[in-house]
Amino acid sequence: MDAIVANPSSATAAAHVMPGSGFKVSARDCNVYYGEKHALKSVSVDIPDRSVMAFIGPSGCGKSTFLRCINRMNDTIPICRVTGKITIDGQDVYDQSLDVVQLRARVGMVFQKPNPFPKSIYDNVAYGPRIHGFAQSRAELDQIVMTSLEKAGLLKEVKDRLTDSGTSLSGGQQQRLCIARAIAVSPEVILMDEPCSALDPIATARIEELIDELRSNYSIIIVTHSMQQAARVSQRTAFFHLGTLVEEGETGHIFTNPNDKRTQDYITGRIG
Amino acid sequence: MNEHIVTSYEEELALLDKKIAHMGGLAEHNLGQAFDALERRDPRQAELVVKSDKAIDQFERDIEALVISMIARRQPMANDLRHVMVALRIAADLERIGDLAKNIAKRALAIAHESHPKPLMTGLGHMVELALKQLKAVLDAYSERDAEKALAVWRDDAQIDAMYNSLFRELLTYMMEDPRNIGISTHLLFGAKNVERVGDHTTNIAETVHYLVRGTNVADDRPKSDQTSTTLISHD
Ligand SMILES: Nc1ncnc2c1ncn2[C@@H]1O[C@H](COP(=O)(O)OP(=O)(O)O)[C@@H](O)[C@H]1O
Ligand SMILES: [Mg+2]
Repeated sequence: MDAIVANPSSATAAAHVMPGSGFKVSARDCNVYYGEKHALKSVSVDIPDRSVMAFIGPSGCGKSTFLRCINRMNDTIPICRVTGKITIDGQDVYDQSLDVVQLRARVGMVFQKPNPFPKSIYDNVAYGPRIHGFAQSRAELDQIVMTSLEKAGLLKEVKDRLTDSGTSLSGGQQQRLCIARAIAVSPEVILMDEPCSALDPIATARIEELIDELRSNYSIIIVTHSMQQAARVSQRTAFFHLGTLVEEGETGHIFTNPNDKRTQDYITGRIG
Repeated sequence: MNEHIVTSYEEELALLDKKIAHMGGLAEHNLGQAFDALERRDPRQAELVVKSDKAIDQFERDIEALVISMIARRQPMANDLRHVMVALRIAADLERIGDLAKNIAKRALAIAHESHPKPLMTGLGHMVELALKQLKAVLDAYSERDAEKALAVWRDDAQIDAMYNSLFRELLTYMMEDPRNIGISTHLLFGAKNVERVGDHTTNIAETVHYLVRGTNVADDRPKSDQTSTTLISHD
């Protein structure tokens, strides 16, 4: 649980963070191997609290792999080996004594394809709080479910049909339900892996609006293949290429004047 | 720079540069022709300049339409984004340069029947020559993406300003020598001011090119050297 000592490259990152808001997640020299394959190569990055960071890069460059390191989802892949250090609020995520279930409550995840449980809308959201024993009474659970649906911008649309199946909702609503489900356990970090890639433009705009609202309370990391989406929703952007983090910086800067030629070629749609 | 994966995008960016080059060439041509009309007191040539300014205006509208359409359809990023924004700004400066050339041509019409003070006309001619050289250099800097060349243009604008300041003094002296010179001198003074403004727009373009290539603004401030607003004449 050593405090992370900022390296010179993160000193520039620090300059963009509001005083006192600090970094939520820090990775140092993070490597991931799938058997022989070296999928993630020495990634170091600081992710601020109460802000959105976008991960961009060509398919297979390791974005999802890195995302899964943060909530230790890679642990579930037998051939996967992770080295280096990842901390949340300075606490080592890979500490032996850390409770992984607890960690996954602190770090929520939203996937590419909306994946509501085949249960009622209410039960989808109540699921997490129930297993973690967050509510002492039915009234308290109701409260958590309502607040989470409200924060996910879904309450208005579903308040009269809470007992309907989650799978009866539209794709965009299902994704917001998944976000409500993630929020219900009061996470600190929310990981989103291409959350809009299965949605139409209107549903996408709703999710983007929601991400913008959520950022005042959470540290959000979003993987996206849409450069425009990254530019719209994030404050900082990281570009991955062939398993390395090529460049990370303020989103406005990355999309107008990136430092690295590989970043420039990728975001302008040139042959790399 | 690698090529775009989408060929038609690459072609549109190239078309944008072609239009800028064409428009710049026309602005250059009109400025030269306008002074020529003034010097030779040729109303017909002056008329031609005034007419062909419409083509320059049309270029600006074409470039604007192309840029807006590219932003809407292609969402340019990074250097491509700078490229289209910069094209828009350069087109606006070139349009102004075209207007200034037109103003000079109109003056040629106004003074067609007055006699010309030869040395003063020569002074204005030198200014025009330098302004044309600068304009050509900055258009080359744009097409070659040469930030150093753009910076040289940016620095050399001080020379145009210096020439304008000295011509201004000469014209004042000439007017004081004989009130009958006031009419023609005033026209030449405005003409000189037009050329000085051409220099300023050329300087804008130089800054724009620098931004396009380097992604940063020109850091140090160029000394401001049009001092005519504070020039006093001693009556003794
Ligand atoms: N479970 C896995 N087993 C083996 N290889 C994997 C696994 N998951 C990802 N990889 C490999 O790791 C690399 C990075 O993949 P991933 O993190 O999914 O990339 P991205 O999310 O950027 O598209 C790819 O080469 C991919 O084939
Ligand atoms: Mg992925």
